[in-house]
Amino acid sequence: MSSSKKFINGAEIFFECLRRENVEYIFGYPGGSTLKIYERLYDIDFLKHILVRHEQGATHMAEGYARASGKVGVVLVTSGPGATNTVTGIANAYMDSSPLVVFTGQVPTNLIGNDAFQEADIVGITRPITKHSFLVRDVKDLAPSIRKAFYIAQSGRPGPVLVDLPKNVINALCSFEYSEKIEIRGYKPTYSGHINQIKKAAKVISQAKRPLLYVGGGIIMSGASQELRSFAIENNLPVTMTLQGLGAFPGTSELSLGMLGMHGMYWANQAINHCDVLVALGARFDDRVTGKVETFAKDAFKIHVDIDPSCIDKNVKVDIPIVGDVRLILSELRKVMPGKPDIDKWWEEIKTWQKECPLTYDMNDGRLRTEYVIERLSEKTRGEAIIVSDVGQHQMWVAQHYKFNHPRSHISSGGLGTMGFSVPASIGAAFAVKDRPIFSVSGDGGFQMNLQELITANYYKLPIKFIVINNSFLGMVRQWQELFFDEKYSFTNLGESNPDFVKVAEAFGLKAYSTDRPQDVDDLIDTMLDYNDGPIFVEFKVVKEDMVFPMVPSGASISEMIVKRLNPQRMV
Amino acid sequence: MKHTISILLENRFGAFDRVANLFSGKGFNLHSITIGETEIKDVMRMTIVTSGNDQIVEQVLKQLNRLVDTLKVVDLSDHARTERELALISINYQKGTLEELKNICDIFRGKVVDINNKSIMMEITGPPAKINAAVNVLMPFGIKEMARTGTVALKRGEQINIQKNEV
Ligand SMILES: Cc1ncc(C[n+]2csc(CCOP(=O)(O)OP(=O)(O)O)c2C)c(N)n1
Repeated sequence: MSSSKKFINGAEIFFECLRRENVEYIFGYPGGSTLKIYERLYDIDFLKHILVRHEQGATHMAEGYARASGKVGVVLVTSGPGATNTVTGIANAYMDSSPLVVFTGQVPTNLIGNDAFQEADIVGITRPITKHSFLVRDVKDLAPSIRKAFYIAQSGRPGPVLVDLPKNVINALCSFEYSEKIEIRGYKPTYSGHINQIKKAAKVISQAKRPLLYVGGGIIMSGASQELRSFAIENNLPVTMTLQGLGAFPGTSELSLGMLGMHGMYWANQAINHCDVLVALGARFDDRVTGKVETFAKDAFKIHVDIDPSCIDKNVKVDIPIVGDVRLILSELRKVMPGKPDIDKWWEEIKTWQKECPLTYDMNDGRLRTEYVIERLSEKTRGEAIIVSDVGQHQMWVAQHYKFNHPRSHISSGGLGTMGFSVPASIGAAFAVKDRPIFSVSGDGGFQMNLQELITANYYKLPIKFIVINNSFLGMVRQWQELFFDEKYSFTNLGESNPDFVKVAEAFGLKAYSTDRPQDVDDLIDTMLDYNDGPIFVEFKVVKEDMVFPMVPSGASISEMIVKRLNPQRMV
Repeated sequence: MKHTISILLENRFGAFDRVANLFSGKGFNLHSITIGETEIKDVMRMTIVTSGNDQIVEQVLKQLNRLVDTLKVVDLSDHARTERELALISINYQKGTLEELKNICDIFRGKVVDINNKSIMMEITGPPAKINAAVNVLMPFGIKEMARTGTVALKRGEQINIQKNEV
């Protein structure tokens, strides 16, 4: 407990709190109701304020920062439109369980509810997409609310917390106290798993004939990658990852089956269909993973480890639920494993599937394809880069073809599928990580949704490598139109209206290149890797009509996977 | 099947909204919802009647538990409990029906709380099923207006204490 009798104003209290929380960066944008905070910020040097160009950008940056670093991402915006502009970013962080604290300015308490200038009920608007929120109505509640906000955001299952700051509260005077100890009587996450459940699970796994580990983003959040790796290696277990789980286990490992689900590997989905024991670790049986839930790992005995009890039995009924921190539980599990399962036959089966239907793509016509770009990127960076993908086909190709070696390396909008995520999120990641290359990979559609932030990257001289995969289409939507909507390419052709991306990037001060030739790919990747004085941009113009396969049609069983284009003549 | 859920909730700005929001946001059924003070300072009790299959009700309970402001969530359907509801029912009467209405009110151990030359208002308390029965009987007389409080309930015998994670 630290205290001082001196009275200071709300803005000063605000920064004292951020200092105690070891905040390094705030992603923000000023306005009328946060002027007092910005006045104080002028003299602050223990943290850096990053000026964004749109508040949505700020929230995605904060999330990129949080996911690359494991720390809380902090956002500061003004009331009304500043606050409403954060909604998509907050929803994104909520769906992907990223720890954010979002500070919004608010009109003075006596004007709340009056339709005052730049008033928006942001606490109400964001209630369903925040883990928790605070409207601070009295300056004496300011420090405790901020303390709790940071604690709630990063403990248990992480998520975004919003703190609404009325202008008069920021101006008001109060003595400062910051309690290190924190007690929220209604909020006590469970960390250590139930030992009997863990022992039961260990026994089942050790006796399994066809076990499979299905791992998600929870592994990365809890820092369980090392434990997972040891557990899998010690027991010779196959590991498949969700989109958010990529990087939780090294993609180059023999034991890795890559991603599962809608655009997952054929063999990973086959393994799901045939396994007898499925161990879900920090994954939530999302519909993009399960397809038709009734048939998902239908005959398997299911063990589910998750820190959020509400995830258990939500979509799929499980046999052994274990609530707690997956890192602690894996470490316990390793200790109590009675022996490793005998599964050589199972591995043979898996290898047969891998040979039966390898991940291939057409390369013979000499035209540039996304798969090739990502494959080269994976090889040339040896899986050591951080890839921040956007949403669409290119995102799935990144997930399929980039072999991530480390956790916190694949950053993508999974749950919400927010186009426009990559550009700002890569900027946030670049503030967190300085010693590894960071690539932002977007489609030509999504790139245009937050490209204003290119100037943020350039102003702060961040060595981000911005890639646009230009297929002249809203490719993923086009794919669905071709497959399921009678080839009616309704409003998905951007070819005629796209800007000159090189000129756009140059206008923001970036070095910029473009190619449509496979033979240029390696050189351009080298150019990007060699340039570290600021951001650099490369457009890869790829085949327009390619589709992502394998694909499990929405709502179908995993076994109804489409492995490749059935009728190549029908291409546009 | 209907479930009666009892919640102890921080008496804090927005806490009630988060609970109510959950029902609309997640598409859970909500038959009634009541809130009032408890014997504990700054703690409110909400009683919610919801319905759904076991899996849905389990989700309702888990989602409620997950809220930061809920201190304790109990499905009272698993316990011996007392449920009560209060209804104010106002009915227009004719010459011949007044006596009959008063009789019905007596049978349901209700009270006449207002009467004028056109209508009579009665107050009936009891388990929700009893209120339903009274409403059924009174319906043919033409109910003018009705207000029901929704169910409040308490577990019988041992007391619920403030520790949500030890359920
Ligand atoms: C904000 C937002 N709007 C719409 C969508 C629906 N959507 C999903 S993928 C996609 C196409 C993306 O096209 P592009 O960015 O060019 O990437 P590609 O699929 O071609 O790789 C669209 C429109 C979305 N996910 N997010």
